[in-house]
Amino acid sequence: MPDEKKKTPLLDELEKGPWPSFVKDIKAAAETQPMAEDLLGQLELSYKDKISHWKHGGIVGVMGYGGGVIGRYSDVPEQFPNVSHFHTMRVNMPSGWFYTSDVLRKICDIWEKHGSGLFNFHGSTGDIILLGTKTDELEPTFSELTHLGFDLGGSGSVMRTPSACVGKARCEWACYDTMGMCNEITHTYQDELHRPPFPYKFKFKFSGCPNDCVASIARADLSIIGTWKDDIQQDDAAVAQYAADGVDIQKDVCDHCPTKCMSWDGKQLKINNRECVRCMHCINVLPKALRPGKEKGATVLIGAKAPILQGAQLSSVLIPFVPADEILDTLKELVSRIWDFWGEYGNNRERVGELIQRMGMATFLDAIGLDPVPEMVSAPRDNPYIFFRKEDEVPEPEEGAGEPKQK
Amino acid sequence: MAVSVETIAEEMYKMVVEYLGKKNLKSTDLTKAMIAKFGEAECTKDDCKHAIRQLIDSGRCVYSYFGGSFITIPHKEGAAPE
Ligand code: SF4
Ligand code: SF4
Repeated sequence: MPDEKKKTPLLDELEKGPWPSFVKDIKAAAETQPMAEDLLGQLELSYKDKISHWKHGGIVGVMGYGGGVIGRYSDVPEQFPNVSHFHTMRVNMPSGWFYTSDVLRKICDIWEKHGSGLFNFHGSTGDIILLGTKTDELEPTFSELTHLGFDLGGSGSVMRTPSACVGKARCEWACYDTMGMCNEITHTYQDELHRPPFPYKFKFKFSGCPNDCVASIARADLSIIGTWKDDIQQDDAAVAQYAADGVDIQKDVCDHCPTKCMSWDGKQLKINNRECVRCMHCINVLPKALRPGKEKGATVLIGAKAPILQGAQLSSVLIPFVPADEILDTLKELVSRIWDFWGEYGNNRERVGELIQRMGMATFLDAIGLDPVPEMVSAPRDNPYIFFRKEDEVPEPEEGAGEPKQK
Repeated sequence: MAVSVETIAEEMYKMVVEYLGKKNLKSTDLTKAMIAKFGEAECTKDDCKHAIRQLIDSGRCVYSYFGGSFITIPHKEGAAPE
């Protein structure tokens, strides 16, 4: 290898400063991996030319699957032959991202044997991302991964690899079994995960409570966020202890409640639970004193996405509360109707949230057979045109009322 | 009488060949076209799903990705180095 090729003055800049550097990591890999060395060379050239030197491949994959492999080729293969092919493989991670160190070593061995040895743990989809291999190595890698108990994740117009927070495995706030649900949905929709049936991608993300650690409200086409229906569980002695320990209950808790439904008189914390929007703020500040209620379940929301073709979008409430033991059946029933509607009317590369925006929420709800409810409106009490209770309706003016009286 | 999955697969294959280089076809395009051709009573969405699976698993068709996912005929990758 000529020394000239190893010079990377522009990339070296990214090693400066106190933060971790991907350049440092690739350089370490380059000690033994020619792929990593050529990757550095091509990246340096991209920084110099201010242009990507990757071309995206259209049909690489493993037999029978339409997702899980993202084809990538160098447009300067004569300069960097070891990265002439540099495909990415997405591997479906275990729910909640739990591994044994033994299995991690085995994945590393497979990837050092068949690919560049470089990983992302984890990509924004949640998958394990294996970076860089040749077309001929895809099937052998896939075969070894499946023997180890792993499968490829989703890419393209499929149900993307569902992801979940750690939920009940480690977190006392979980209002339903997120990992179990993620596992069930992954297995139920294997066909939709591997064989692109949709106009574009579709993501499920499961969060056990409104803290939403997997950012499902911002990233998932279908967000399933744990919540509760009854009152927040309260331990007054523990609240008093927090106050005695110096927590300013008024300033740090009550003043930050978004609906101002809490009060503190210096001795007693009162919560008007009817006005609580389950934001988790008070519970996060006073975890030993407050807990989610006992009647647990989830809110199902639809339509979030990061900015790609259009701007970012947060998801909207579809079902305000599903009891924990009914979530799976409800989701199965719901997604088949959503997918039917999207398959029928969705344009190419149109996310379901964009379709709802284009056709209107009313049309969508009608098509999937759901009635509108106040929880679907972000500020229902501020909208003077919508009445959810008969008694709130303003009576129609009588005929002739408001017209100037005839003389 | 319901149309066989083999017949649907064959018709889908002809359509993929016909549109090659003119239009990228998604699985929903193929499904809608077959239901329009044979009628919903003779050809269901599920039949179409099985027909696509047959085309892919036999290697006669492959999935491709250009922004979205499409179904095409196996060919040498345009982006691949010689
Ligand atoms: S989303 Fe809630 S339940 Fe899940 S890990 Fe975060 S805090 Fe815990
Ligand atoms: S969960 Fe949020 S809205 Fe409900 S009482 Fe606590 S701070 Fe207020």
